[in-house]
Amino acid sequence: MKDDLDETSGAELSADEEALLREMPTLGEVGQARRTFLGQTLAGSMGLFALMLMEKEQALAALAAEPGAVFAAAPALENPVRVALKVNGAAKTLEVDSRTVLLDALRERLEMTGTKKGCDQGQCGACTVLVDGRRVLSCLTLAATLEGREVTTVEGLARGEELHPLQAAFIKYDGFQCGYCTPGQLCSAVGMLEEAKRGDVSHVTEDVTAPFKQLSDDEIRERMSGNICRCGAYPGIVAAIREAHTGRESARTWRFVEEEELARVRKELEADETV
Amino acid sequence: MRPFKYTRASDAAVAAGAVAANPNAKFLAGGTNILDLMKEDVERPNELVDVNRLKLSEIKEARGGVSIGALAKNSDTANHPLIRRNYPLLTQAIVAGASGQLRNMATNGGNLMQRTRCQYFYDTAMPCNKREPGTGCGALEGLNRIHAIFGWSDKCVATYPGDMANALYALDAVVRVRGSNGKERTIPVNDFHRLPGDTPEKDNNLAHGELITAIELPKSNFAKNSYYLKVRDRASYAFALVAVAAALELDGGNVRQARVVLGGVAHKPWRSAEAEAALAGRPASEESFRRAAEAALAGAKPLAHNAYKVELGKRAVVRALMRAARLV
Repeated sequence: MKDDLDETSGAELSADEEALLREMPTLGEVGQARRTFLGQTLAGSMGLFALMLMEKEQALAALAAEPGAVFAAAPALENPVRVALKVNGAAKTLEVDSRTVLLDALRERLEMTGTKKGCDQGQCGACTVLVDGRRVLSCLTLAATLEGREVTTVEGLARGEELHPLQAAFIKYDGFQCGYCTPGQLCSAVGMLEEAKRGDVSHVTEDVTAPFKQLSDDEIRERMSGNICRCGAYPGIVAAIREAHTGRESARTWRFVEEEELARVRKELEADETV
Repeated sequence: MRPFKYTRASDAAVAAGAVAANPNAKFLAGGTNILDLMKEDVERPNELVDVNRLKLSEIKEARGGVSIGALAKNSDTANHPLIRRNYPLLTQAIVAGASGQLRNMATNGGNLMQRTRCQYFYDTAMPCNKREPGTGCGALEGLNRIHAIFGWSDKCVATYPGDMANALYALDAVVRVRGSNGKERTIPVNDFHRLPGDTPEKDNNLAHGELITAIELPKSNFAKNSYYLKVRDRASYAFALVAVAAALELDGGNVRQARVVLGGVAHKPWRSAEAEAALAGRPASEESFRRAAEAALAGAKPLAHNAYKVELGKRAVVRALMRAARLV
């Protein structure tokens, strides 16, 4: 019972729940029916638990509104700006304070917390998202400027259960430790590979007058220098991007152990402890 | 961040008029610098006029050279075939700056307008004549490792932080601006930024409400022999301690004409007429380049913590010229 309470005690939606709602718009209707039912049970005697469920149902119903529905403005906006944009393919209309940056609009208003706030001043890259397919920093982008634009966040990279090739490669090559910079690394890498495909040059390109062909590891490092990883997972990040870029497997510096090996190590450890 | 009124301008006349009408209004282009400064409470506009929708992002051939729109993104400018082919120095300078994300956001006009990264300018608890005229200069007797060695005054020792402009100075670019009265004028880029003097709060010679519409590059004979060298505290994504935009027009083994512009050493990109004179008519050799480097840094006046920039500057000039001449 306690677990149930914990699970339902907040009205916020996780990114997964939101994705679920996007894929199953009928959930909103179900929510309506359930809310009526819960109202009745509350009138009966269920009390707190039902009340919490109700809150969540209301949140679900609000977010499952028709595409283009206006998200309720926070109270007392000093300089409200209405902006209609697409986020991961879904139309959103927001009324924001003119000061609201895209990062905060995503996290605090649209409840999409995949995009991370690191330095909040354009120095770390954790908040990187794609706007009209190009990587930008959401902490230095005013939401008000995005009328008609298409935003893609880390939540929009996978296709259902199928990870984006870069996401799969990051897991394969240990491209993260704590994971906080990862959404930014991923969005940045997606944008960066597009730039390379287009033939863009970088600071380490030897001859900028010649057509650009393929990314070396140095090119990957330079082009990803706007994304800082405090855990220092850079070798894994470079390996993952290299594989996604070339389609060829990178040399991996680690492997999963076999069950027998693990059993042997356990036995040795036990033996050590008994000594 | 303090509250501000936001408007999205659909044409240049309206944009310039709106800013001209309000002394506390500013244009908003890429936003990469002004938003950061607003978060830090250094910039305090009460109105932002968003010019991003204006049709000023074209890059095209014009008057024998190339005109680049003020609102073209840095990344699009650096990678445009006309720029890569005819002005590779500009491509190199742009991609030496910031990060991929920031270059996708930053515009050419905004890049010219970027403000210093002096820590005393950013820290509102510190005195700074640029931020608050009359409060003094914290850096003059403070930590001034990253500060100017040329052209500073006792009011301000800050440096202009950009890379793109260093190349524009070497390429004799011209800045086209539009006043709030609708009249256009052009400013040679060398006259665009100012030295601090007694008014360090003024970074450049634009009037309030004047909007940069384009940057024009004259036909250039430097495409074959140019190089942008940037020296910084880490390999990437940092501001220059010293940068050199070097361009040579060679006639056989001799220098017909040269451009040497130093970045990170003054309140504006520092074009060295002394170095250029020392190179003209001389053989393109390491010996000539050393003489030019000595000439370039001869007038330097380092502060307590940045004397290293003098020697670094000399070596950077030699190195950049050697690369430009393809001798290394």
